[in-house]
Amino acid sequence: MAGAALTGGLRLSDLGLTEYEISALLLSLKVALASVAFSLPVGIFCAWLLARKEFRGKALFDSLLHLPLVLPPVVTGYLLLVAMGRQGLIGKYLYDWFGLSFSFSWRGAALASALVSFPLMVRAIRQAFEAVDPGLEQAARTLGAGRWRVFCSITLPLSLAGIISGMVLAFARSLGEFGATITFVSNIPGETRTLPLAMFSFIETPGAEAQAARLCVIAIGIALLALLASQYLSRRVHSARGTEC
Amino acid sequence: MLNIKLEKRLGDVCLKVDASLPLKGVTAVFGLSGAGKSSLINMLAGLVTPDSGSIALGQEWLFNSEQGINLAVEKRRTGYVFQDARLFPHYKVRGNLNYGNKDKDPVHFDRIVALLGLESLLERYPATLSGGEKQRVAMGRALLSRPRLLLLDEPLASLDAPRKRELLPYLQALAEHLAIPIIYVSHSLDEILQLADRLLVLERGQQVACGPLQQVWDSQALRPWVEAPAQGSLLLAEIGEVHPEYNMTRLRLGDNAELWVSGRLTNVGDSVRVRVHSQQVSVCLQRPEGSSIRNILAVTLAEIRQQDEDRVRLKLALAGTHLWANITPWARDELGLTVGQTLFAQIKGLSIGAEDIAPAHLLKRFS
Repeated sequence: MAGAALTGGLRLSDLGLTEYEISALLLSLKVALASVAFSLPVGIFCAWLLARKEFRGKALFDSLLHLPLVLPPVVTGYLLLVAMGRQGLIGKYLYDWFGLSFSFSWRGAALASALVSFPLMVRAIRQAFEAVDPGLEQAARTLGAGRWRVFCSITLPLSLAGIISGMVLAFARSLGEFGATITFVSNIPGETRTLPLAMFSFIETPGAEAQAARLCVIAIGIALLALLASQYLSRRVHSARGTEC
Repeated sequence: MLNIKLEKRLGDVCLKVDASLPLKGVTAVFGLSGAGKSSLINMLAGLVTPDSGSIALGQEWLFNSEQGINLAVEKRRTGYVFQDARLFPHYKVRGNLNYGNKDKDPVHFDRIVALLGLESLLERYPATLSGGEKQRVAMGRALLSRPRLLLLDEPLASLDAPRKRELLPYLQALAEHLAIPIIYVSHSLDEILQLADRLLVLERGQQVACGPLQQVWDSQALRPWVEAPAQGSLLLAEIGEVHPEYNMTRLRLGDNAELWVSGRLTNVGDSVRVRVHSQQVSVCLQRPEGSSIRNILAVTLAEIRQQDEDRVRLKLALAGTHLWANITPWARDELGLTVGQTLFAQIKGLSIGAEDIAPAHLLKRFS
């Protein structure tokens, strides 16, 4: 049903997908989109701090941000469980005060994906910010623009291509998230069983190799689509500027 | 007045400036690269913070280290034209011009656009503009932010000679129309001659001279940077008439002294500044007759200065001002020159061309 809304009349089942596959696919998309949407503002802020500011402990901050990239995902998932579970250090208060729970829900999967894909996003956006000539920002300030206007009218638009590529990277990484997700929120059909988890379940099941292969093709298709979309978007960003500069 | 009193350590150079500039007119900041010229205007704009001192624009402090005042860049309202233009690549020319244009007054916008000849560029992106066009847009953008102080950091330095010639009239128009102080950083004496009223000379961070152009030009401050062939005198003159038969114009220097220069200057009555190259001035003890030289002026020898072993500089008093002549030590000895003597200075009409004549706009503005 949700599939019809997503593809505008064309039902995903018309593509020959099974109900099970559609459920995993839509859940994966929901988790990845939520993960990117919520980590983007924080990611932009952290990238800006790293690209434009000097402060004490910057190297440590940078390393901490990169930690999920090098930690085994199962460690990230375990830490999430300890911190954000319903009995966790932070999760307890979130549940008591706001009724917000991450355990065994798609929100937890999105949180795990966001954490694991965060370093990739920040790296790409930071590089884009660093590529913006600070001289342009200075020029904008001499024209009377405060820091916030300089950021919104100069820094952000000029690094848009990099931000888009950071979002796509994070989106793709979220789609593929496995270890932290299964550790933190388990493998619950319809709730936390995203594409990789569904594929893992099929591989675990004897005689389900064909189903696993079908999911594999779907995963490749989505990744390709995301990359193509990002190329199209960044080309549009550049062509809006007359010629290359 | 714009009162500047600053100190700033820059590596192993200590920049020290103490200047008081009028609230109108162009002050050129001259010096070699590394002398601290750009740092000085960056401090005026607020992009660099001085170690100590103060900047007062009229009644307002832009910076005062004792009172702890350091006005933010965006609150200073200083128009800044950078050497590399720094146009915003994602805005069209119109968007660039309007970036700092708060009141959006269409009359003011059109006036600036017309002054800088930007009408045909408005819908183009900066990437498609030539270097000279970019600089004109950068000037327009700075002016439309209604600055109280205009800073120009070598706006012509990155351009080739034809582009410089194309841009110079626009700069002269700015200098003439704006009633705000303009600080013009340059290492080109030709540009300074064409544009500036006042000159501030920096040498390794130290301010070695600051004052009206003519006065600094005549002083010793510029000597180290001026090659002998480029040495010259600056004279104020008024445009007289064009010769009825020849392509030459008479300039009046006052006190019935006059100078014929090549070319036609048609703004009769305008004040101009004329540069006379010292190498092109020779002296005679008697008024020469039957000479091809068009300008023979009676002068009084005011000073004899040994420049180096090849050259002697003569300071010749003429109509309330001074004319410098470079001669050889041999000529000095043979003529037996003494201070106070009357001499006849000869200047070839062809040696003074368009590049040596600049409008003396300030004098006109205030007289």
